[in-house]
Amino acid sequence: MTSTDTIRKLVDEFAAIPDWEDRYAHIIALGRALPEYPEEHRMDKYKVSGCQSQVWLFAGEQGRAEAGAQGTVDGGTHGHKDDGSEVIHFEADSDAAIVKGLIAILMKIYNDRTPQEILGVSPDFIQQLGLDQHLTVNRTNGLASMMKQIHLYAIAYGRIDEERKRARELHRQ
Amino acid sequence: MNTSNADAGFAPAASADNAFNLSALRNEFPILTQRIHGSVPLVYLDNAATTQRPISVINATTDYLLHSHSNVHRGGHALATEATRLFELTRSRIQAFINAPYSEEIIYTRGTTEAVNLVASAWGDDNVKSGDEIIVSEMDHHAVIVPMQMLCQRKGATLRVLPVLDNGTLDLDALTELINNKTKLIAVNHVSNTLGTINDVKTICALARHRGITTFIDGAQAVAHLKVDVQDIDCDFYAFSAHKLYGPTGVGALYGRAEIMSAMSPYQGGGSMIASVSFEGTTYNDLPYRFEAGTQNIEGAVGLGAALEWFIGLDHNAIAKYEQTLLQRATEGLSAIKGLRIIGNAPDKIGIVSFVVDGIHASDIGVLCDEQGVALRIGHHCTMPLMKRFGVGSTARASTGVYTTLSEIDALIKSVGKAVRMLS
Repeated sequence: MTSTDTIRKLVDEFAAIPDWEDRYAHIIALGRALPEYPEEHRMDKYKVSGCQSQVWLFAGEQGRAEAGAQGTVDGGTHGHKDDGSEVIHFEADSDAAIVKGLIAILMKIYNDRTPQEILGVSPDFIQQLGLDQHLTVNRTNGLASMMKQIHLYAIAYGRIDEERKRARELHRQ
Repeated sequence: MNTSNADAGFAPAASADNAFNLSALRNEFPILTQRIHGSVPLVYLDNAATTQRPISVINATTDYLLHSHSNVHRGGHALATEATRLFELTRSRIQAFINAPYSEEIIYTRGTTEAVNLVASAWGDDNVKSGDEIIVSEMDHHAVIVPMQMLCQRKGATLRVLPVLDNGTLDLDALTELINNKTKLIAVNHVSNTLGTINDVKTICALARHRGITTFIDGAQAVAHLKVDVQDIDCDFYAFSAHKLYGPTGVGALYGRAEIMSAMSPYQGGGSMIASVSFEGTTYNDLPYRFEAGTQNIEGAVGLGAALEWFIGLDHNAIAKYEQTLLQRATEGLSAIKGLRIIGNAPDKIGIVSFVVDGIHASDIGVLCDEQGVALRIGHHCTMPLMKRFGVGSTARASTGVYTTLSEIDALIKSVGKAVRMLS
């Protein structure tokens, strides 16, 4: 499912829940269903700063280099794939239930997508889902920081993919 | 403060309200009548962060801007004279409000934070040297801790910490052990913004006075809840902010004993704080202007003056008694919620209740209470060392104002109960 389809599905899902209590119950349930965060990645360097609650975000997979906290990428350790546009796999967690639910929503939209897809997502979904308060105004819960971090990873991995593509083209010549 | 509430008990809201006509008082705060999130009535319980302003304060600021605005002290024209009169009138009101001996001892600041920085810089640079010690308390606000820590770093001095007991009171026995010949300053808050504890600053200042130690009292949370008398406390410095006293943001006052301040070097250089300037050297103005460089927040001062006039006119005996009723109701009602723990159970408290719930993050409680119209503060409340002391990362905090009603406290208890049920 593309990110656009996922967003449409989420918007429909939330539109069908007019009552605020049920909406939060749904958000909390989404958070509880989030895959367990790997304990070996529960480190300060993966913490997203600017949060009232603690939020962890880890990006990577076997084919991927591990990106640093500011979106820079440690060079040299990543593997190669021929298509040049790999997806980024995220792991994320929070110690607050509602934030964790909001993270689950972000994961549905952004997880396991290519850098181009991630950077192409229109931020309109925040308003469409009625999450403005959590994702824009109230920055203290760190979700705005988390979205920024996701974008930084996408930019960094996008550059790696381009470098690889260029290297392959040079190799062919 | 007398904390015995047996006589106030659980008086019905109506009869207690009538004691000082709470509904009439609430009518002076149009902001409180609104509904938020579309339909729920606002229950504003974040008064320790900032209080709301009565219409008379809003009008005083507007009137000033419409009719009297000018720069103060220098102009030889009608508007400048009127603006100066209003500006200095507020200074006199502040002096009377905290019972300072002289109006020259009242310095305008941007708020309590700037007052602490002023003392840490101007007094600190003159009086603290390598090897000296400064005492702050474990329940102090970052606004006190950080400027004093910076002063210690600049001077090679040591910051010593007065500990907090389990019930949220200061360990005054430890203070006598902390004080030694190297102690230069004790800086503590009068009331804790996180715990609500009313500290025995009079005893602390007496101990300090006896040993020739200078004292700074952070009165940010005290002035709207207690009768403050700086001569009775016998402190050297006392600071507060207008925005926690039903006045504007960005203005506050520092009281400093004249004999100390007249010997202090200036804080910031600029206009107004000088007597004469030449490239060979500058001489400085007298108190209070020496510490008021540049154009001040004049409309803020006018607003603060109106806030003081309004506040002094309230029936403080009735309000203090009602505040204790609110505190007792909140304490009992919240404590009855399963897993909820109140942080700070001092015998003498203002209307502040900080709490945590087992297994639930305070931020989740904050979000769900907000949906129900209840405005709480969530976080470390700029007291991270205190959070560490109590082994919590953050708390939810409800804080009352003079307009808080018992039914609002009931709404608080109900909303927290619902939030906890939804999150369990």
